[in-house]
Amino acid sequence: MTDTAPPTEPPRRVAVTSPRRGAVRRPPGRQVLAALDEQDVVGELLIRSLMRAQLTLALRLAAVFGFLLGGLPLLFAVAPRTRDTEVLGIALPWLVLGGLVYPALWGGGWLYVRLAERNERDFVDLVERS
Amino acid sequence: MNTSYDVAAVAVIVVLTLGIGTYGLRLARTTSDFLVASRTVSPLWNASAIGGEYLSAASFLGIAGLVYAYGVDMLWYPVGFVAGYLVLLLLVAAPLRRSGAYTVPDFAEARLNSPLVRRLASILVVAIGWLYLVPQLQGAGLTLRATTGAPVWVGAVLVAVVVTVNVAGGGMRSATFVQAFQYWLKLTALAVPAVFLLLAWQGDGAPDLAGPTGPVFRETTSVQLDSPVLVQVLERVVVTEAGAPRVLEPGPARLAPGTVVFPAGSAVPHVERIEAATGDAWARPLSGAGGLEHPLYATYALVLATFLGTMGLPHVRVRFYTNPDGAAARRTTLVVLGLLGVFYLLPALYGALGRLYAPELLLTGRTDAVVLALPGALFGGLTGDLLEALLVAGAFAAFLSTSSGLLVSTAGVLIQDVLRGTVGDFRRATGVAIVVPLLLALAATSLPVGQVVGLAFAMAASTFCPLLILGIWWRGLTAPGAAAGLVIGGSLSAGAVLATLAGLADRGWPAALLSQPAAWTVPTAFAVMIGVSLATRSRVPADVGRTMLRLHAPEVLGLSRGR
Repeated sequence: MTDTAPPTEPPRRVAVTSPRRGAVRRPPGRQVLAALDEQDVVGELLIRSLMRAQLTLALRLAAVFGFLLGGLPLLFAVAPRTRDTEVLGIALPWLVLGGLVYPALWGGGWLYVRLAERNERDFVDLVERS
Repeated sequence: MNTSYDVAAVAVIVVLTLGIGTYGLRLARTTSDFLVASRTVSPLWNASAIGGEYLSAASFLGIAGLVYAYGVDMLWYPVGFVAGYLVLLLLVAAPLRRSGAYTVPDFAEARLNSPLVRRLASILVVAIGWLYLVPQLQGAGLTLRATTGAPVWVGAVLVAVVVTVNVAGGGMRSATFVQAFQYWLKLTALAVPAVFLLLAWQGDGAPDLAGPTGPVFRETTSVQLDSPVLVQVLERVVVTEAGAPRVLEPGPARLAPGTVVFPAGSAVPHVERIEAATGDAWARPLSGAGGLEHPLYATYALVLATFLGTMGLPHVRVRFYTNPDGAAARRTTLVVLGLLGVFYLLPALYGALGRLYAPELLLTGRTDAVVLALPGALFGGLTGDLLEALLVAGAFAAFLSTSSGLLVSTAGVLIQDVLRGTVGDFRRATGVAIVVPLLLALAATSLPVGQVVGLAFAMAASTFCPLLILGIWWRGLTAPGAAAGLVIGGSLSAGAVLATLAGLADRGWPAALLSQPAAWTVPTAFAVMIGVSLATRSRVPADVGRTMLRLHAPEVLGLSRGR
């Protein structure tokens, strides 16, 4: 880029949209697809990067839930007061284990499905664009 | 109590199951018909079918019974059953669907090219399937005993016969619709009585569910015993036994078969197996209520078994192939998480109300019947009879649907891999597959059904969980590594299960370690699988790259998927 353009001209308006959203799917880029199919170095790198992204995502979410849920018995063990604490008239352990945990697990699943599908969309875009 | 409603409820469920099974057989005669038809099934129906197959005797009766006897720590069972699906979603659902393998043995062979690992996996499928079938048949036996007074074997044999006829005839499996219907039936059957029970409890002045005292008989209660019971008496009480007064002093006492009448307000003597606990202790986590040994260890071992064991259950996985692709498998699993979460709000309620209104089960030791006992205890007459019949219907739906799914998976693997050539056809294999768990169920009647299911989870977590997770995410897994891990994890967990079933250890650390083995067997299985794989690095399959591509690349790319 150089600044040879006359400064008086207003910048051109551009539409910013998500790439390819709703676009007719172009047949995937041949070279990359072949690379994937034939397991050459590029193909290996691509699929490894997708696996790493998906595994990182899964392990992060598993760690969050492992910490939250897995920490509960330990919390009850080291802070005995939490065993009897009442929230909204219900003892905390019953409230969490009998009710709150289920929407939380569903929420975790929902987040995972969104993010995992985004990872896959990025991967498909990468293959198709090249 | 009018038992004809209960018998009618069982009859309706049996006829419906067999009827729809036969009808479904005509609709879908081949596996490919089944698969093609399934692609028009929406995720909600598909997820309902998975829920219908997953919610077993343990969920319908067992959890409430465990909470009733052992308190809030037992809520980790349902939490683990649902969280296990989250783990399955995170690590296994989509890649396993993309692998195209219908069973773990198929997956093992496709991933590792090893007939040996395939065979080991097949044996484990059969073992876990059998172990999981035992509590279903046990549950059927005790349901009929609790509601109609029939001997335990009647219900177990009834379910075994119905399921065998159904599966050998080719029904059930073909009809996603049947299983989906079962989920909604089970939810209704547990939810409607729960609403009635809650209203009755409110109408009773909402008495405290957890107080400083232990369970007491709220009114004069006559307890029917059909076998002698050893109990621990907590307070001196004058009862009427066989028409004559008898003084029970604190300490152990033996009650003979017959009717024992307890006066209102007297403390409930507990069967020897269950230690008495005050309401406060029962409601508090890690209190060891009911005589639970080493509650902190037991909780963590249970968490590990259920979180990691779900993915390894034979009947859970097959259903994933009714999803057209990996993304749909994920979405279906998400709906399953929701459906299970709704269902598991209910069992704890039954367990808690049972302490108030059905305390006599702590004396008889038939804690698994608490769900069935509550309607009769809170409502007399027609309302109680109808609610109880609804619960019986739901319970039988649970036994039949889960057993059918398990039997299909077990018999299929049995004829294909384990007994190849020795059993004639699928029908005969089905017969073989049901006889072993039936005998086990008749032999081991004293264990709570929820606990036996927990053992099946522990075994699945110690074998198939490392195989699936390492197989899907780690290129370095080798056939010798997988085989060693399956053998070690399988024999350690099976040994613990057998020792528990045989009642070899009932006190202290041995009891805790054997009845909840996952905490030491799962890490061992992972370590062996990884260690032996690293030592046999030269045996990594040459086509591992292609397998990984198939497991992880989205289907839209249209890469060659066949082998």
